[in-house]
Amino acid sequence: MTITRIACLLLACCVIASCGDREASTGAPTVLHRGLNTDPESLDPHKARSVQAGEVLRDIGEGLLSYSEGGKLVPGSADSWQVSDDGLTYTFHIRDNARWSNGDAVTALDFVFSLRRLVDPDTGAFYAQLLGEIVNAKAIIAGDLPPAELGVETVDEHTLVIRLAQPVPYLLSLLTNPATFPVYRESLARHGDAFARPGTLVSNGAYKLDSWEPGSVIELSRNEYYWNDAATAIDAVRHHVITQEMTELNRYRAGELHVTDTVPPDNFAQLRDEFPEELHVAPYLAVYYYGFNLTRPPFKDHPKLRQALSMAIDREVLVSNIIGRGEAAAYSWVAPGVANYEPRRFNYASLTQDERNTNARRLLREAGYGPDNPLQIELRYNTSDTQQRIALAVQSMWRDVLGVETTLINEEFQVLMDNMRARQVTQVFRSSWIGDYNDAHTFLNIMETGNPSNMPGYASAEFDALMQRAAAQVDPQRRRLYLEEAERVLLADHPVIPLYFYVSKHLVSLDVIGWEDNVLNYHYSQHLSLAPADATP
Amino acid sequence: MLRYALLRLLGAIPTLLLVIVLAFLMVHAAPGGPFVDERGLPPAIEARLDEAYDLDKPLPEQLWRYMVRLAHGDFGPSFRYTDYTVSELIAGAFPLSLRLGAAAMALALVVGLAAGILAALRSNSLADRFVMTFAMTGISIPVFVFAPVLVLFLAVRLHWLPAGWSGNEGPARWILPIVSLALPQIAYIARLMRASMIDVLGSDFIRTARAQGLGTVAVVRYHALKPALLPVLSYMGPAVAAILTGSVVVEEVFGIPGLGQLFVRGALNRDYTLVLGIVIFYAVLVITLNLVVDILYGVIDPRIRRR
Repeated sequence: MTITRIACLLLACCVIASCGDREASTGAPTVLHRGLNTDPESLDPHKARSVQAGEVLRDIGEGLLSYSEGGKLVPGSADSWQVSDDGLTYTFHIRDNARWSNGDAVTALDFVFSLRRLVDPDTGAFYAQLLGEIVNAKAIIAGDLPPAELGVETVDEHTLVIRLAQPVPYLLSLLTNPATFPVYRESLARHGDAFARPGTLVSNGAYKLDSWEPGSVIELSRNEYYWNDAATAIDAVRHHVITQEMTELNRYRAGELHVTDTVPPDNFAQLRDEFPEELHVAPYLAVYYYGFNLTRPPFKDHPKLRQALSMAIDREVLVSNIIGRGEAAAYSWVAPGVANYEPRRFNYASLTQDERNTNARRLLREAGYGPDNPLQIELRYNTSDTQQRIALAVQSMWRDVLGVETTLINEEFQVLMDNMRARQVTQVFRSSWIGDYNDAHTFLNIMETGNPSNMPGYASAEFDALMQRAAAQVDPQRRRLYLEEAERVLLADHPVIPLYFYVSKHLVSLDVIGWEDNVLNYHYSQHLSLAPADATP
Repeated sequence: MLRYALLRLLGAIPTLLLVIVLAFLMVHAAPGGPFVDERGLPPAIEARLDEAYDLDKPLPEQLWRYMVRLAHGDFGPSFRYTDYTVSELIAGAFPLSLRLGAAAMALALVVGLAAGILAALRSNSLADRFVMTFAMTGISIPVFVFAPVLVLFLAVRLHWLPAGWSGNEGPARWILPIVSLALPQIAYIARLMRASMIDVLGSDFIRTARAQGLGTVAVVRYHALKPALLPVLSYMGPAVAAILTGSVVVEEVFGIPGLGQLFVRGALNRDYTLVLGIVIFYAVLVITLNLVVDILYGVIDPRIRRR
């Protein structure tokens, strides 16, 4: 009886385990295997919001403009455009041979439809505000006007006009963002909001979506109708969803990936020795910062105190000893490498750390704190080894230099986000900002009063006025001066402590040709090719 | 008999309802929300999103609406994977977890029992020491340490097996996950089997069997095995539970898109509907299995159904 039961159990296990393994896929000629840290939320360009979703969307879709391998703006679905003298009217000419993945022509109407859908509050697009300067966009986002009132119209089938309420000198770079990609109207009409799935998603990029197994892999293959298909070298792309950095590294080592999304934070020196030629580390338009809650004590109306804490942090020690992956110490808010811009720096950036410490102690005294009135603060960060190491280092710097006692509170990412936004319990909190486009505006504008991403609750009339004046400028030089002045005001107020600027980190197989590091960390699969000798990893 | 089954079925309903309500409240009590991000949302858009997902309504009303949809067999759309419904995600992930777990269980039984019997027969020999050392190691080293080490040697260094899941078709990609998941169970079962086999082999009826001139194989096969298996059999319940929880780790390490990985991701993303869907799915699974076992007991033992 018992033996029979065990045997039955065994048999059942084997039967269950052996049923229905998928057939092996047909071997495609050249396949690029890329790592992806997390699943996209959606491949609907209007619903997507993560960096990873953008990575996949740039392979399957295309905006009016695009980026070259090295991060230069190049024509995309539009082959030419004109800008009016006042900088308010843009006329785009859609390529005659721009095609959807089903062979239909991409028309100006597709873009009008898609841009209206982007700003329609019913869509719930995280990037709706990206094109907030288009005529009527803000009123539509707020629900006060219907989407049809958006200042975007067709002249003929291949000509599109975008009207702006204020000049947006970086508009062309915005139009590379996946949120501005066109969506195929008929799919949407036929399948509703869930159209962005294998089998129903029609896209206009170099690749089309074949399959998506959430948590595992997204498979793309060449879109033969793509206008520049002749230049596409790689036939198929696999974006492997691998959340664990260590797993990704091991898969790279085992030869299963050509490109990793990132590398593990630890043992960076060892990685550099192991992969001297394959490890790519490059400046990235993203800042790691500690923010102050400016709406409550002790930091409300206390710029001197905030400055003292900022000055007492030895950023060089942080980037070289604590993180040590090539990050740059941050003395500005806007990341270096932004086009047409020279970031302002803290006025103490040129001092030595000892001099900064002396000044910081003086500022703390002036703010009313000292041995007889010691300052006790709380620092919140999201639970992770890297955040913890940085927080511990900052805690000890504040203690050693200023005698400030810091309580470290680690919270799950979602909890920290919630607390940051509520501004009820936070004092100092850890956050970051990744630039959406290559312009200083992407960093500065989130600090405008009332911006939903303005986590410290910074509100400065002077800063807002400078941003307004910059926005009204057509002349790029004058605009730049206003933006730089706005950054100077921002830095002097110390609503945030920028700690360092991120770097992008990839392992790129030596078989991959055409990889170029760039500050946006955009790497279109269509620009890459594989060495012919070893086309499969 | 039918009446007994029906009664048991009715008894399961309050349990399930309780699970749903508790899970719903706990998920919504967790701070943070599905649309909270470093990128803030314009208020009008956030309001529409909340409206679309019923988040603007009072909690009891949300619960009521959720229950009504559930009664229609609809788990709702995933908050995070907006292109998919929860039912689709579970339907895609569960078969993988099931197969992984079943294969690990089969492997654990075959290897564990064989090793245990061998160790018992040659007790205190070199083979026994080896098996027991191995078992001790297997129990002591957690899966999240052991699995990457396996990957490092067998996949990265020796290139014998694939390191990950996606993009590797065929049975080879199952080997490391199954072995990693089975290992602690192999160890446990081997120890259990050894102990109980040594116990049985020392009993009088085995001595009698030997005295009759039976060889070792026959003694084990016809006399010792059955009684020795009993402790292992009663360990099967905890073993299934251990494999279910272990699969969460193994799926993470190897990137297998199974239910465990989906659950962890859902919880971190505050994907309310997905987490609830998986909890309810597991609850139904456990309740059904218990029910089936109870009914089977009833079939076997008439005393139970008359109670």
